[in-house]
Amino acid sequence: MATMAAARGSRRTRLRYVAERRGFLATLLISPAVLFIAALVGVPLVLAAYLAFTDSQAGSLGGPWVGFDNFRRILHDPIFRGSLWHTAEMTLISQAIVIVCAGLLAHALVHKFRGRWFFRFLILLPWAAPISLTVIGFLWFYDPQASIWNWFLVKLHIVGEFNKPNWLGTPNMAMASIISVQAWRTIPFATVIFLAGISSIPQEVDDASAIDGATGLRKFWYVSLPLQLPIALVAILFGIIFTATDMIVPYILTQGGPFNSTQTITTWAYIQGINAGNLGEGAAIAMFLIPVLAFVAIGMLVFARRAEVT
Amino acid sequence: VNLRRNIFSYAVIVPFTIVLAFPFFWMLVTSLKPEVQVFDPTKTWSFHPSLHAYGFIFHHTKYVKWIENSCFVGLLVVAITLAVALPAGYALARLSGRIGRSLGVAIFLTYLVPPTLLFLPLSRVVAQYLHLSNRLWALVAVYPSFTIPFAIWLLMGFFKTIPQELEDAALIDGCSRIGSLVRVVFPISLPGILTVVIFTFSLVLNEFVYAITFISSSANRTVPVGVWTDLIRGDLYDWPGIMAAILIPSIPLALIYNAFLNRFITGFTGGAFR
Repeated sequence: MATMAAARGSRRTRLRYVAERRGFLATLLISPAVLFIAALVGVPLVLAAYLAFTDSQAGSLGGPWVGFDNFRRILHDPIFRGSLWHTAEMTLISQAIVIVCAGLLAHALVHKFRGRWFFRFLILLPWAAPISLTVIGFLWFYDPQASIWNWFLVKLHIVGEFNKPNWLGTPNMAMASIISVQAWRTIPFATVIFLAGISSIPQEVDDASAIDGATGLRKFWYVSLPLQLPIALVAILFGIIFTATDMIVPYILTQGGPFNSTQTITTWAYIQGINAGNLGEGAAIAMFLIPVLAFVAIGMLVFARRAEVT
Repeated sequence: VNLRRNIFSYAVIVPFTIVLAFPFFWMLVTSLKPEVQVFDPTKTWSFHPSLHAYGFIFHHTKYVKWIENSCFVGLLVVAITLAVALPAGYALARLSGRIGRSLGVAIFLTYLVPPTLLFLPLSRVVAQYLHLSNRLWALVAVYPSFTIPFAIWLLMGFFKTIPQELEDAALIDGCSRIGSLVRVVFPISLPGILTVVIFTFSLVLNEFVYAITFISSSANRTVPVGVWTDLIRGDLYDWPGIMAAILIPSIPLALIYNAFLNRFITGFTGGAFR
């Protein structure tokens, strides 16, 4: 009896001893997360790559292996090639607008002034409100009959009453509409991150550059800009991945139309994979997001290493 | 200098604010208009505001059901996310050395993998292996794929700001490691945890790609997909009602978001800059 109690006691101490070991505890705490991520991101990612090489149709996972057939077919498809171009166009133009606007805004917001909280709230609205809902509102702002933008344009005598633009119905206009919504919703995010970058520059740097006579544009170019560049880079990389892989804005606004003039990789993958039921081909189309992903991931890693060194 | 600086600030901020916030103003105006005046933009101030659109959306569409669905999925996903990300975020913050750091970065990189890359295989897995097509549980099962990496990264940043000494003190006072975690670390990081709850919930509310792929019946939709498929695609085109449906979740969410934004930035950049 006594020995059994002693044995149980020692087992408990041993268990406690194990639980106190750092390595064991860390493994115990991290492994659920690793398992979850492996199952929900890793496995689907491998499956997506596998599907891209099969002739899988809706209703099955897998199908005859067709090698590079899907890729060969989509690369000869003008709609797909257009979608590559539109994705690049949408991402690069909108992010260029974002960098300029967010840079200006962040520099203006960094000082304390009356009503700052209120302005910050309004500026953040486009990012804070769910984009999948607000973009539906833009369908109304771009409505062919009642577009509020057209009303302004007519009032300002920029366009005539009878040749009002049909925003989502003409190819170039539709692309411009999508790009402006992407820029509109990313500006607040980039502004906030830029702001964090500017505020992280210590006051001493400001003082030192003032003593050395650096002012205005010169100070901005040689002192402020290099110091906030790494964090600005993070905002830009996020902006690129959010925009390039986004399906919500182009799908809700135009679904790739008119005449596939705003088809992006994501909308075309959805239309081919889900609506048309060509799972394999859809997966092959989506695979073209991987280069963007790799580019951003490498950028982030370089940045993380840089931040570690300094 | 101060005056000039202020003029510069206002000269930049005021026009930008108008451009960025105007869509919300116009949604609000539209939502309060009677339907006959909706197509007349000149009636911006001179119309009889009515809450008719809000009543319509609640009584004549499945809007309430969609809100319930979004909340159901949101709460469950928040619970799963916290249960998995809290311990992991803590361990990664305390696990110094190369393994800890590269594991943290690896988990962060998975956050970058977009749903638009994974929805095709997942649509088959959900339908064939999990038998969850057209069930909200499909969303509950899949959403942690983006909320967990995001939450771990945020929490890691927060836990790094909590001094190790506090835990050491608890250990000396006879607390076990798990005990010090539950009794000392979690209570101090409550604001950080709350931030994760809010941002996870807003990610779930915003999600569109999985929701439109997995859910096929009107009664099981979440808010954005419901408004889009039933109110827009369904050719209902009751614009005041649609604007009301957009504003109802957006405005409270934006207010809370704003209140927690500073913590969000600390956590988000904290993981990288320490």
